[in-house]
Amino acid sequence: MSTHLDGNVLGGELGELFTVDVTAATGRCASCGTVSAIAQTHVYTDGPGVVARCPACSGVMLRLVRGPGRAWLDVRGISCLQLALPGEP
Amino acid sequence: MAGAAVLGRLTWRVSTVTSVRDETATARTIALKIPGWPGHRAGQHVDVRLTSADGYSAQRSYSIASAPDGGQVELTVQRLPDGEVSPYLAQVLDAGDLLELRGPIGGWFVWEPAPAPVLLIAGGSGVVPLMAMIRARAATGTHSPFRLVYSVRAPGDAFYAAELAERQRGDDGLHVAYVYTRTTPPGWPVPPGRIGAGQLTAPGWTPDRSPAVFVCGPTGFVETAANLLVNAGHDPRMIKTERFGPSGGQS
Repeated sequence: MSTHLDGNVLGGELGELFTVDVTAATGRCASCGTVSAIAQTHVYTDGPGVVARCPACSGVMLRLVRGPGRAWLDVRGISCLQLALPGEP
Repeated sequence: MAGAAVLGRLTWRVSTVTSVRDETATARTIALKIPGWPGHRAGQHVDVRLTSADGYSAQRSYSIASAPDGGQVELTVQRLPDGEVSPYLAQVLDAGDLLELRGPIGGWFVWEPAPAPVLLIAGGSGVVPLMAMIRARAATGTHSPFRLVYSVRAPGDAFYAAELAERQRGDDGLHVAYVYTRTTPPGWPVPPGRIGAGQLTAPGWTPDRSPAVFVCGPTGFVETAANLLVNAGHDPRMIKTERFGPSGGQS
């Protein structure tokens, strides 16, 4: 098993796709139900894409592959994502 | 700060190196001027992209070391012997050169000025985003008690040592404790060793004070420190961690 980083490292890639910071969002793992900040997920970057796993059960929560002018994002491992919307009370 | 909340997708920007300075024999601080920079929050990072003449590109994440200051940003880069990006940044890049980056990145591993005590735990170059927090505390006149526990291999590996010593003078709210894992300074009271529960415990930053805790370093260091903190009674929800490593991280 290779060494993992964490979801903080996803900020740049996800920031290309979304206008709000997704690393501070919380996601519920579709496998075990644990709610974690995306920044706390365990991230493996040594494959062709990046894989973020649940820190509690290691279930795959998010996969992201980038190609020229294109991105593939698989988030079926997150059953619900809660995002803070800046500028609203 | 307010500017960092502007909604928009991240795009690559071209910055200009305004100066470089050595922090240690193998690490250097790079000061950049970034046109259109929206400002940043202490703890955030940037992605740096290098592109060669044949179109091959490599990118890495580097934490911002400086307090928010308009369009000025400082990064401190540790040169890794087999790194693909860091040797160029830490040895070749010079004032006047251009550097492609995107940011500010990250909304979770950030410190916002607040009165609560803060416990910062750094392994090696993991001190960089924590230094941004220490500098932001001073720049905003925040008086919250800050304690930095900084693990380095040897005294010569410590970034910002003179500045940290200077900042501690006349500021009894800032505490800095070093942990030496390979070589200690002469006369140091304990032999070199890895970080332990004792170094993470200090009056004022005990779990009952609910300090905000930030841990940054290599993965193994972060997990060791986080486990020690949880075992000592710190609420896991108060502990924010950032791991870096050679693969896709800071290298």
